[in-house]
Parts: sequence; structure tokens; C-alpha cells
Amino acid sequence: MLKEALVNKLDYDELSNCMRCGFCQPACPTFRETGYEAASPRGRIALMKAVADGVMEPDKDFVDQMNLCLGCRACEPVCPAGVPYGQLIEQTREAIEEVQEHPWWVKAVRKLAFFHLFPHQKRMYQLGGLLRFYQRSGVQKAARKLGVLSILPKQMREMEAIMPEASGKGIVDFFGGTVIPAVGERKYRVGMFHGCIMDVLFNETNRNTVRLLSEAGCEVIVAPDQVCCGALHAHSGEREQARHLARKNVAAFHKADVDIIVSNAGGCGAMLQEYDHLLAEDAERQEKAQWFASRVKDISEVLALIVEPKEWQSLPQRITYQSSCHLRNGMKVTKEPVSLLQAIPGATYVQLREGDRCCGSAGIYNLVQPEMAGSLLDEKMGHVAATQADILVTSNPGCLLQMKAGIHRAGLEGKMEAVHIVDLLARVQQEEKPLSTPK
Amino acid sequence: MLPESIREELRAIVGEKSCLDKQEALVAYSYDATPMQQALPDVVVMPKSTAEVQQVMRVAARHHIPIVTRGAGSNLCGGTIPVGGGIVLVLSRMNQIVEIDEQNLTITVQPGVRTVDIHQAVEALGLFYPPDPGSMVISTIGGNIALNSGGLRGLKYGTTKDYVLGLEAVLPNGEVIRTGGKLMKDVAGYDLTKLLVGSEGTLAIITEAILKLIPKPQTQRVMLAMFADMAQAARSVSDIIANRIIPGTLEFLDQGTIRVVEDFKQIGLPTDVAAILLIGQDGEPQTVDRDMEQIAAICQKNDAVQIKVATTAEEADEVMTARRSALAALSRMRPTTILEDATVPRAAIAPMVAAIQEITGRYGLQICTFGHAGDGNLHPTCMTDARNTEEIERVEHAFEEIFAAAIDLGGTITGEHGVGIVKAPYLEWKVGAAGMEIMKGIKHAFDPHNLLNPDKMFAKQSRNRVVVQRA
Ligand SMILES: Cc1cc2nc3c(=O)[nH]c(=O)nc-3n(C[C@H](O)[C@H](O)[C@H](O)COP(=O)(O)OP(=O)(O)OC[C@H]3O[C@@H](n4cnc5c(N)ncnc54)[C@H](O)[C@@H]3O)c2cc1C
Ligand code: SF4
Ligand code: SF4
Repeated sequence: MLKEALVNKLDYDELSNCMRCGFCQPACPTFRETGYEAASPRGRIALMKAVADGVMEPDKDFVDQMNLCLGCRACEPVCPAGVPYGQLIEQTREAIEEVQEHPWWVKAVRKLAFFHLFPHQKRMYQLGGLLRFYQRSGVQKAARKLGVLSILPKQMREMEAIMPEASGKGIVDFFGGTVIPAVGERKYRVGMFHGCIMDVLFNETNRNTVRLLSEAGCEVIVAPDQVCCGALHAHSGEREQARHLARKNVAAFHKADVDIIVSNAGGCGAMLQEYDHLLAEDAERQEKAQWFASRVKDISEVLALIVEPKEWQSLPQRITYQSSCHLRNGMKVTKEPVSLLQAIPGATYVQLREGDRCCGSAGIYNLVQPEMAGSLLDEKMGHVAATQADILVTSNPGCLLQMKAGIHRAGLEGKMEAVHIVDLLARVQQEEKPLSTPK
Repeated sequence: MLPESIREELRAIVGEKSCLDKQEALVAYSYDATPMQQALPDVVVMPKSTAEVQQVMRVAARHHIPIVTRGAGSNLCGGTIPVGGGIVLVLSRMNQIVEIDEQNLTITVQPGVRTVDIHQAVEALGLFYPPDPGSMVISTIGGNIALNSGGLRGLKYGTTKDYVLGLEAVLPNGEVIRTGGKLMKDVAGYDLTKLLVGSEGTLAIITEAILKLIPKPQTQRVMLAMFADMAQAARSVSDIIANRIIPGTLEFLDQGTIRVVEDFKQIGLPTDVAAILLIGQDGEPQTVDRDMEQIAAICQKNDAVQIKVATTAEEADEVMTARRSALAALSRMRPTTILEDATVPRAAIAPMVAAIQEITGRYGLQICTFGHAGDGNLHPTCMTDARNTEEIERVEHAFEEIFAAAIDLGGTITGEHGVGIVKAPYLEWKVGAAGMEIMKGIKHAFDPHNLLNPDKMFAKQSRNRVVVQRA
């Protein structure tokens, strides 16, 4: 059954385009960790092709191997043949999902998360409100004190410990509207993609994003009717649901008629940029999907284009940067975040050794593959500690949480903080100029 | 199928986790970088020490099981395909640099060390290990030695064989031999070190190597010279050398490659020229400057259409991009890319390229050529589609003619990629019947039961090809 699903889903042309040169291997974290050919991009592609060719039955080992892949796509930019590995692994996971029999509770959790929670922004805010209540009311403190959290697996406990303060309100509530005018002369009309979890757990980052854009001369449109980007769905084999979400987003932003669509989460941005591929078979929406995909930019790209670092306050600290995989390998954004950080007056930028290697967060990877994620994180924190930085900057919420967990794990708390690039830039931006009608 | 008792024996030696026989592992070690070749082993074994290699070899010898030694599997001759099943012995876990001896200028390494790691380790000390195969970010030194790999610096600095001073190797009966040492001179008996270099895993399993290092050149400069005529480019190559300049790098791209690269990268290469030479020199700054000036003058005299000398690091990088992007650009054209390897005396480069172009046209194929002009090592590269069996037939015939043309011009069927299974049918063309007999005798002396990499180098019949098609 899985075999048929794979044969149907996998792009055989792309499988054939892999020339098995192995150039992708040094970039792959799971290969470096194991030294095992099957745990490398070349190996995984060979396994997929072996199934498509009928040389191999897709058994449990096959599925396990595909699940061990972080989906970090570090293998893509180094591939001479330009094999789109990210798409192949998504196709594989879609096929696996189609035939996989989950235990009832996994089914329930997946259904709840993928279909009833993430796609419905209102429910996300409600959940955020609940979480905020938990954090604020003393229940969290009590729970920690009583040790009831010890029933959670270690990785979950680590996550609970570093969970940022949630919000029950989104940015639209904060700014009291969906249009935030530009300060001064308008340079661009920017559509703000606020994300699903981003707007609940990192609402401050979203607010800072709007503020930075507006102060730099962008009219910011928080397109109403936008929904979750669908990245979690696509990476977990729910591509159909991802398509459904993509259609909604394309319509929402098209209606808002913006010049640029900005994302401040590398994971979402890469997904948004691939909507044209995701909706490739949807002839009716092709043009609009391309319109959408070609406008998606990361916040650092937009800021590098328009902000004036000269007006920034001095920040005499050591700063290092962990680049997020999907920002780097998906959106191909590497220079802008670094040049923004280097432009901060007074700051010393230190390059993080292997700052371009996955931190092991990878969506919910750290929860489902704790062993591999843990060893990747420990290695990462070794390099981080060596920078002796005061601030560790990232540009994706998942990576930010993972870095916070890493700092906790490595005993670096108090010595170093992990910060989203937008929040750091908001810190150095000269005192707030008045923004329109903040509530 | 290997009986369970033998698997038990192997597991007892290397441990449960380093002895794999699940389907996934067999598929993952059934191929290397060679297009269209694939065969499943019975078991994959990943030893961590010479002692483990010895014991595995003894098990294989006792039960007559073929062993295919594997580094990174980046070879292009089918060298690591287990055509007869058996054991694939993966050495990538023996990846320690044992010692860098700055007194004797040597480095001692285990076979699984990546070539690029050797470069980095010695360059940090101001030393230099010149062999730089295009695959060095993945290839292992064991694979480099077994295939006597070359690279961009072959003309001036030689290839792997010129840097191997001593080896430790496990013979098919499980004995360990040591050849050479940290010695620059050694004429005690036959030179077994040189015999093992390039032996393609058919004679012994290399488990440690002592390599020669040299001081790192102080500066490096590069230029691109473009020619309207292949013969003029080739003449420039001969003239440069006749003028007693040995460049560190002397590479060329033919028109087909230039077009594809320009299409892919848009770096402003003129697409109407017949050839581009990429010329580099390294060494003392003054000598390098002088050589670069003379080389430019020679190219000018041979009617170079344009010469671009890099003055800054960024410009140098831009110039190198042309050569570096060749494979990437070509491989994006069609699903299957066959990167071949033939060498002619460097004076015969122009007629060889002409022959390749003529053959390509006659068979109606897409073959572009680039390579190491300085040492006559060409890489005719065919863009095709393995699913098109009719076209693949034509590709095989075309390459057969290309190899024949190389031999006719005094060349050879492979300059650096090795014989393996792919070139086995043609080896006799190069070495003759008597040469084949001697080689078979050497193989028999080392490996009387034909356990190590059977069916490689010596073809069972004259044409022996395994093309896997979609089931
Ligand atoms: C894109 C690309 C570019 C390349 N460029 C070059 C180039 O510029 N120059 C060049 O020469 N080659 C080149 N190659 C070919 C290949 O990378 C080299 O031949 C390399 O040396 C192979 O190393 P490996 O570790 O991958 O060996 P493998 O492919 O694993 O093995 C190669 C052969 O060596 C044997 N072997 C491996 N390890 C041992 C050992 N320890 N003891 C005994 N036998 C052993 C194997 O049985 C096999 O026959 C290129 C390949 C690719 C894909
Ligand atoms: S680098 Fe690309 S072509 Fe080479 S093995 Fe990896 S995926 Fe295949
Ligand atoms: S996506 Fe990341 S983990 Fe997966 S194969 Fe590519 S490099 Fe390896």
C-alpha cells in the first residue's frame, strides 16, 4: 500500500536527477552524526528511488529513516544537480501519512492540532489566553513546585521551562486595526504575515516587526483572513491540508494588494515562498500563487533594504547568530541578518562555528526524535559557548525556543540570552516614535 | 544469501550496530557515484580498527565471500558496486589523523579520513598536501589512494601516487603488511607501495597511510584566456610549457561547456569562443607575477580573444566559478550525467576534442568536454536519460569510440577515475595481452581466491555491463 502511495506521490524525474555524487553528505547533520549512508540525503533519495523502482519494499526501517531526516534542507544548496530534496521528503511523508495507522491518541492529537487548532487563528488566541492564565495565575509556579511536570518526557519539560509568555490577543487587537500607516513618506505597502503560533507566543516580536517596518516607511497591512502557513502540515505529511491553507492565504494577500509579503519566521517564509509549487496542480490559482510566492521576503531582507542603522543606539555586547535552516536553505537568505547585526553600533559580531548547521529543533523533531535532536543541540551549544557571546540571535521561533532550551541545558543561563533578530533591532532602534493608535 | 552463522561471526567482530543486513542498508550500499550501476551486497560491515578488518577478512577468506572495500563511494568507475554480492566493508569510521610529523613533513592517516580534512589540518600548520580531486569534500584518502586520484594541480604537483610514502594494508589471507615508511628513498625490493596505489581495492585493504607534505605556496593567482579556436588554445598550453613555466592549474572548457555554464550562472563568459583556459600559478609572489605576465603574453601571441587576470580575491573567485560550475551546470541539463575520463598527451588535446565533437555529432548526442589541459586529462561529459535505453546504447558506442580515439592518439582510457567495472572491457586495449597476463598474475599472487573486489578491472567477458532499469 505504502508502495503504491509512494509511486504515485514521488516525482520520478527528480529522483532520476540525483546523480549520486554525494556532495550533499557533508552538509547533512544526520549523516555526520551517524556516518551511515542511508541516513544521508543521497541515501534517502536512493531508498525512495529503490521503492519507486521496485527494488525495495518500503518497510519500517524505510519509514524510520525518513522520519530521522530533520527536513533542514542543508543538502539542497550544495547539490550540483539542483535536486529539490525538500519536496521529495514532503512527498514521501505525504505518502507515509496516507497509509500510516496511528494509535488512537496520536490520531486525536494530530487531528486536533492540524485541523482544529492551527488553521483557526481565533482558537489559537483562545489557547494563548489559557496558557497566559496558566503562566500568570500561579498555576505554573505551583505545578513546577509540586513536580507534577515530571510526568512529561524530558524534552517536553525542557520546553515547558523556556516557554515564552503567551498572549490571548493578536497584533490586530494590539494595533486596533489591520492597516498601520508608514511613519513619514510611504515607501512600500507591506503585507504582514503574522503566523499562527508566532502571534500567540511571540506576539511581541510581531509587534516589533510592525513597528520597525512602519518607522522605516512601510505601510503595514495585516491582511485579515490570513491563516497558518501550513509548514507543519506539509512537513508532517498533511500536504492536502497545507494546500487548503495556502489557497486561503493567497486569496487574503491578493485582496490586500501589497508590494511585499513579509515573514519573520524562516520556517513560515520558506513555505510561503513555495506556494506556487504547492499549488502547481491548481491551474485556476497558478497565477495568483506565483504572484504571492514572488512577493514573500524575510523581515531581514526588507529591513536591510530600508532601515538606517546610523540612527541606532549603541549596544556594546558580543553578538552571534544561528541561522535558521529554512531561512537559509529555503529562502536563501544568509547575508542580510548578519549585515544588520554587524551594523549595530558598538556591538561585536562573532561568527558562530557551524552556525549554518541545524540546531535539531526542526518543527516538532526535538519531541519525536529526542536522541538525535539532543546530540545535535549539545554539539551546537559547544560552539555557542565558544563564542562567549552575550546575545545569541536567531530568526525563527522554533530555533529561538531550541536555543533557549540549549542555553538552559548547557548551564549558560544568566551568561547569555537568546533573542529574535527583530526584537534585538527593536531594542537598538532609537526611542519609539509615536505609532498610530496603539491600544 | 549468507548463512546466519557467518553473520553471527561478523557481528561478533564489529558489534551488532556495525554489521547491517536490513534491506535499507543493502540498498544504501548498492551504488556509488557511477551512473546506472547498482547491485545489492549481502551484508555491510563497518570496522573501526585494523584488527577488526583483519578478522573480517579472515572470515571472508574462510568462507570464500567476496569483499568490496568502500570509502565514500564517490568513484565513477563502479569500483564499490558489489556485483557478486558479499560483504561491503565501509571504512569511513576509521577516520583519525594519527600524526602530523613536522620534523619529517609527513602525515599519517587512517583510510576513512576525508581528503579535505587532510588539507585543512596541514594548511593550518603552513604545510600542503597537493592532490585535490574535485570530490575532495567527500572522498576518503583510502579511495584516493586506491584509485590514484588526481586533481587540478596534477601538472605541477603530480597526483596521489607522488605523495604516498608508506602503507599498512590487510592482505586477503588476513596478514598485515607494511610498505615504505617515512622515507624519501627506499629501493628494498619491488615497490609494493606504488603497486597498491591505484590497485582499486583488488589486492589488499589499505588501513593506514603515510603521506608526504610540502611547504604551502605563498601566493596564488589565476586568469582566464578565451580562444576562438581550440587549436590555438592547445598551442598556448604547449607554448607555456615549452617556455618552461609549469602552472599550478591549467584547465579548459570547450564551447559546449562554456555555453551551458554561462546559461546557468550568467557570469559574462563569451559564448561564441571555442575554448577557455583557466590558468593559475602559485609560489613566491615575484615568480608568480612574472609567470602570469609571460603566460598572458603567450596567450596573446596565440590570438586569445580576451584575457582576464584576477587582481583581487573576489575576481579570482569569479574566474574560478567558471570551472567550478561546469559539473553543476551540465548536470542540470538532463536527468543522467555521465562524466567520463580519457587522457591524451597534451599536444593531442586539440585533435582529441575534435574527435569527441565528431563522434558526438555522428551519434546525435549531447557531450561537452572540460578537463585538465595541462596534463591532457579530459572529461567528456554526456547529458542523457538512463530511461531512454535506445539513447543509452548510442552513448555506450560513442564512448567506446572516444576511448579508442584516445588510445590512437597515444593516450589512455582513464587518467584518474580508474577502471572498475565501467572500463574493464577496454583495459586490454591499453595494456595489451601480455600486460593483462602480468596484471592477472599480480592479482593472483595477492589474492589467489579472487575475494577482493572480484570482477573489477578484469572483465569476465569483453563487454560486461549492468544497467538497472525501472522495474
Ligand atoms: C563530482 C565528482 C568529481 C570527481 N572529481 C575527481 C577528480 O578530480 N579526480 C579524481 O581522480 N577523481 C575524481 N572523482 C572520482 C572519485 O571521487 C575519486 O576517485 C575518489 O578518490 C574516490 O574516493 P572514495 O573515498 O569515494 O572511494 P570509493 O568510491 O569508496 O572507492 C573507490 C575505489 O577504491 C577502493 N577503496 C576505497 N578505500 C579503500 C581502501 N582503504 N583500501 C583499498 N581499496 C579501497 C574501492 O574498493 C573502490 O574500488 C570525482 C567524483 C565525483 C562524483
Ligand atoms: S548532491 Fe544532489 S545529486 Fe549529488 S547525491 Fe546529493 S542529492 Fe544527489
Ligand atoms: S534535510 Fe537535512 S537532515 Fe534531511 S537529508 Fe537533507 S541535510 Fe540531511
